[in-house]
Amino acid sequence: MTVTAPAPNAPTRATSDTLLDFANVEMTFPDGTIALQGVDLVVKRGEFVTVVGPSGCGKSTLLRIASGLETASDGTVALGTDRIGYVFQDATLLPWRNVTANVELLAELHGESKKDRAAKAKDAIDLVGLKGFEKHLPKALSGGMKMRASLARSLTLDPELFLFDEPFGALDEITRERLNDELIRLFNAKQFAGLFITHSVSEAVYMSTKVVVMSGRPGKIVETFDVPFPQPRDPEIRFTPEYAALVGEVAHALRKGHGHS
Amino acid sequence: MTTISNEKTVTDGTDELQAHPTPGLAVTATVAKPKGRKRRRTTWLPPLVVFLVIVAVWYLISLFVLNPNLRFLLPLPQDIVMKGFIDPLSFNALIVALWQTVIVSMLGLAIAIVIGVVWAIAMSQAKWIERSLFPYAVILQCIPILALVPLIGFWFGYEFQSRVLVCVMIALFPMVNNTLFGLQSVDKGHRELFTLQGASRFTTLSKLSFPAALPAIFAGMRISAGLAVVGAIVGDQFFRRGTPGLGILISNYSSRLQGEQLFATIITAALFGVLVFWLFGLLGRRTVGKWYDFS
Repeated sequence: MTVTAPAPNAPTRATSDTLLDFANVEMTFPDGTIALQGVDLVVKRGEFVTVVGPSGCGKSTLLRIASGLETASDGTVALGTDRIGYVFQDATLLPWRNVTANVELLAELHGESKKDRAAKAKDAIDLVGLKGFEKHLPKALSGGMKMRASLARSLTLDPELFLFDEPFGALDEITRERLNDELIRLFNAKQFAGLFITHSVSEAVYMSTKVVVMSGRPGKIVETFDVPFPQPRDPEIRFTPEYAALVGEVAHALRKGHGHS
Repeated sequence: MTTISNEKTVTDGTDELQAHPTPGLAVTATVAKPKGRKRRRTTWLPPLVVFLVIVAVWYLISLFVLNPNLRFLLPLPQDIVMKGFIDPLSFNALIVALWQTVIVSMLGLAIAIVIGVVWAIAMSQAKWIERSLFPYAVILQCIPILALVPLIGFWFGYEFQSRVLVCVMIALFPMVNNTLFGLQSVDKGHRELFTLQGASRFTTLSKLSFPAALPAIFAGMRISAGLAVVGAIVGDQFFRRGTPGLGILISNYSSRLQGEQLFATIITAALFGVLVFWLFGLLGRRTVGKWYDFS
């Protein structure tokens, strides 16, 4: 797909079903580091795409370009929506606001009325299971609950495209698996498209409809896998041979791309 | 809207939740109580011991070391209390001077806070503004006030407003520096969160940078408050017209060799400085203590 825009690398509108379209995207930092090279990536409605790669392979840069926080040095980036949710590595809650006030923040920044944002925040808080913790300050919450609040905050935007930058990377295994399940449930309930960055292969295969494997320096896409398991995911698939086989394949591709280092 | 199972959430991390009421809490509280009292005693006991030692040494010097006609150099504590504080003449002079010092220092502090915060906000808006203005904050901090005294006298006279100006000049730098530091230490992720929503400069300042800078601003206020008291006393020494403050009283008593009154005035000035420092610490804890560990 060729989209010609005034600036070759500024995000433009994609066609209705394609929410994100990267074509031959390059990213070179001022110091000469090539973070991304020739990246083609499409995220369509109904897809949950996970990008796995070693740390420093440019997978976070990919998200930052998609969100508009950074501008690609070359190639075209097309977006199919302006309702984009972004969940950071940290929960990034404002420590002086309680859960409700934090979840209301984005609607507040968009100038919505008190009544509207209170209603949105209430729905989002219920949705992520933080009911009863509305008045708590972030410091009184566990890491997992902070991420839930962060998730709720993004949900108030009712995003069509949801970008996740290793959101559960700092959490313990049990909390992480639980939040993965809840995220899949949200994905099925709210019908957003997801682009999820992680370095965990099993997390990638378990959650997504498509797994993209990247290699580092320069960041390139090595291989793409379609995940055939039906949505919503049954947690039990983690114990099937098919799942194990796919995890093996992805891990192998990751290892190959990584140059066995 | 689909509700995600609540059951799982409650188990998730509840143990880490501090403010969660649990039946065990009452037991913990009763156990913790004597512990707290003990810790409190250990915080006030050592300084009290030191105080008693100082008073004892004081008596020793005053009674046995000093020649009686030189006793004004270190008067006996009870004489300080009787002649310096309780004597109606001394007491009246002390109260009037204290009130004048309170007004001068607190007005100077208020002006320093306003100018300092505005100055720092201006500098936080662009690197070039910071580069243009910050050197002057440093220069202001470095000029010896004494060198400026004749000029301040020429321009603003030798009374109230010049004393206030000295307070402002002494108290300004910590406000500028702390506020700027606070505004600039905003978390990068928070900044990007606001950028992604297309928040304006003003919105980002009022909803993010300023609240985030509050702990640093209060820390600066506490330092500046102490300095403003110093400024009021110092200003008194140079600008002596009008109602005397504690500084003028100090220099009057010292020139008249009234040791008891001199000590009483110095102690009053010191106590006022401590009180101001404590009050601004309290204000900081009250304002940001809920989410920030303000000590």
